[in-house]
Amino acid sequence: MADEALFQFLHNELIQYVYKSAEQGEMENGRCITRLENMGFRVGQGLIERFTKDTARFKDELDVMKFICKDFWTSVFKKQIDNLRTNHQGIYVLQDNKFRLLAQMSGGKQYLEHAPKYLAFSCGLVRGGLSNLGVKSIVTAEVSTMPACKFQIMIQKM
Amino acid sequence: MAVCIAVIAKENYPLYIRSIPTENELKFHYTVHTSLDVVEEKISAVGKALVDQRELYLGLLYPTEDYKVYGYVTNSKVKFVIVVDSSNTALRDNEIRSMFRKLHNSYTDVMCNPFYNPGDPIQSKAFDNMVSAMMVQVC
Repeated sequence: MADEALFQFLHNELIQYVYKSAEQGEMENGRCITRLENMGFRVGQGLIERFTKDTARFKDELDVMKFICKDFWTSVFKKQIDNLRTNHQGIYVLQDNKFRLLAQMSGGKQYLEHAPKYLAFSCGLVRGGLSNLGVKSIVTAEVSTMPACKFQIMIQKM
Repeated sequence: MAVCIAVIAKENYPLYIRSIPTENELKFHYTVHTSLDVVEEKISAVGKALVDQRELYLGLLYPTEDYKVYGYVTNSKVKFVIVVDSSNTALRDNEIRSMFRKLHNSYTDVMCNPFYNPGDPIQSKAFDNMVSAMMVQVC
């Protein structure tokens, strides 16, 4: 994979661009976040296709989640998820204590209100990857202290 | 050396299906459609160890009097089906596996193409060329 700084810069510019080219009304109703998330979705679909080309078949949902936490996260963010928790009823919480895309922003509570913008793309990435593997889900992220963040994945049973 | 190659989406509709000779296309469509049942059975086989659960290549799905049908499922539940002529007995398992490898690689490239929407029929010329290369030897 290419040097991670390249993707970080591109990601930051992407967010600036989406917000700059949004009209007045859009900024308040979260349309930009949705746009970023949809971009991440399509990218996630393609990425997963490439990553799972040579891996063995996944046995069940937990196997899929472990793949996301280890191989997928390592390939995209150069580290693994630090903590995976589940209630075995379709809710998974992935904890990353030093999220690469937020690490440069601050080390505590500064700029906390801007964090959701920078997490939207990654949420879409996870949602797209899961959807291509046959798991329909809703992915949200929350930050209490930078740069640690929690991704919550809710599996939608058909 | 294949007579018909098909790519089926996870919702079981064809994304791409090509066969030669082109007169009997409907027969091949039917063959591929019936092979989908066998594919489902193989990937959901829980107790039987007939097919290694972790492998993507499914092997020979079923032989008919003129043709042999092979299957392969990706992790994104996209199925590849190759129909070969039974008279062509020189084809070994390894060759079929390598054909599926090539198909999977080309399909991944199609997926990553920004102009392609997942779920649409495949219209990429590069994919067409790769499939033609695999089929041309029959005539």
